[in-house]
Amino acid sequence: MPVVMDAERMGRTLTRIAHEVSERNRGGDELALVGIRTRGAVIARRLAARLHDILGAEVPTGALDITLYRDDLMRQPVGPQPLVRRTEIPFSIDDKRIVLVDDVLYTGRTIRAALDALIDFGRPRSIQLIVLVDRGHRELPIKADYVGKNLPTSTTQSVQVRMEETDGRDEVVIQSDDVAGGGV
Amino acid sequence: MSTDARATAAVNDAGAQGAVPRTTLRSRHLISIDDLDSEEITLILDTAEAMKEIESRPIKKVPALRGKTVVNLFYEPSTRTRTSFEIAEKRLSADSLNVAATGSSVAKGETLLDTARNLEAMAPDMIVLRHAASGAPHQLARASRASVINAGDGTHEHPTQALLDGFTIRARKGRIAGLKVAIVGDLLHSRVLRSNVLLLRALGAEICVCGPPTLMPPGIEQFGVRATTRIDEAAEGADVIMMLRIQRERMQGHFVPSLREYFNVYGLTAERVERAKPDVIIMHPGPMNRGVEIASEVADGPYSVMLDQVANGVAVRMAVLYLLAGNPDDV
Repeated sequence: MPVVMDAERMGRTLTRIAHEVSERNRGGDELALVGIRTRGAVIARRLAARLHDILGAEVPTGALDITLYRDDLMRQPVGPQPLVRRTEIPFSIDDKRIVLVDDVLYTGRTIRAALDALIDFGRPRSIQLIVLVDRGHRELPIKADYVGKNLPTSTTQSVQVRMEETDGRDEVVIQSDDVAGGGV
Repeated sequence: MSTDARATAAVNDAGAQGAVPRTTLRSRHLISIDDLDSEEITLILDTAEAMKEIESRPIKKVPALRGKTVVNLFYEPSTRTRTSFEIAEKRLSADSLNVAATGSSVAKGETLLDTARNLEAMAPDMIVLRHAASGAPHQLARASRASVINAGDGTHEHPTQALLDGFTIRARKGRIAGLKVAIVGDLLHSRVLRSNVLLLRALGAEICVCGPPTLMPPGIEQFGVRATTRIDEAAEGADVIMMLRIQRERMQGHFVPSLREYFNVYGLTAERVERAKPDVIIMHPGPMNRGVEIASEVADGPYSVMLDQVANGVAVRMAVLYLLAGNPDDV
């Protein structure tokens, strides 16, 4: 199970992205981070700490659960409902420059759901997108503004982002289906 | 990483220690709390927690049940439960319609199953049923392709009421296990009692039920509750006091000498509340009879959480609708 990003590399990547965000948004006026649950929310909190160091000001940070906006929610005739988690956006997003954060960008459907959800909270001035890994295979016209790492993959592989807060360590691993469960 | 991150990780790990949490219900119907295990109850309450946030948004609507049709079939009058279901359905973007017994073919003598078959022909995905006969939702569930939700059947059960009561207690007290809960009033006719006893016992509360001997079902102790006819004893050290309505419409005999007499012996007064814990919460499923089972000063007082119960009802019903909507129809 090859590790494509270790903890040190992830740390440097997040620092680099934080600097890019600050540069593109000139001092961070009206900036706010919204992470997509679960790991996007963790990454958003990490970025918020770095942006605080760079800007010397707090950046409002929220967590968004997109389950109720998924386009595949009621499509499977049989199957368990995905677990709904709490959305926490403790600030008004009206006229904010929202930076959406997710761990892996793949088909783009999660981001489509997140955009729909965000619009229900108000009318932001703009929405930008940060992803830690872009693995390609888009099914919708969606593109990230900040990418931690571009990772060419095949559709039979799976990319897992692990974060210390949720998984005990920071790393990105790539898993092939034919070895999955084989305990490589 | 920062110590902050490590602290968070520790907390998350502690939460993840147990088995994989349940993410789905086993049945596609909700007829009785008895059909749910404690994990399923917790799943509904946790999902309701997430649903609760939606009411604080500027646009209180999510697309989760888009294209699903829900029929609210009410054979008994109801304001709170019906509106609560209706708001829940609308917040989830389902198409809902109300069929009341009066003003429909039910009033012309059509039976429940015939009404159901006719509704069925219009292919609803879910039917929310309130009926005066105990067991009606069970009968409907066997005959229907739609998911059936029991919104109160006779003197049997009212599962979503118990779920919203459990949600309210958990939100106020942070837990249910180990709490002392007193349930006082018409124990004989109360479907709210039955559902609540099943739910609160499953989650580990200690229950004391109290009512006049004429309104006390024989053998009620079999449900794992303590029974008394003295309200002072029930209120003593309680974390939660739940009052039940005196159901005049279900009483075909003389169960109490007079409503005034009932209030004197079993009514919840400020004095009686004194016996409970200082942070007691007072609950009532509504509609309440002021001056019969509860004094106005208590109903409107600082310990009363009745309006919380109503508000939480919407979130809990959203959770139930959402979780049942995805379930297979092979049961």
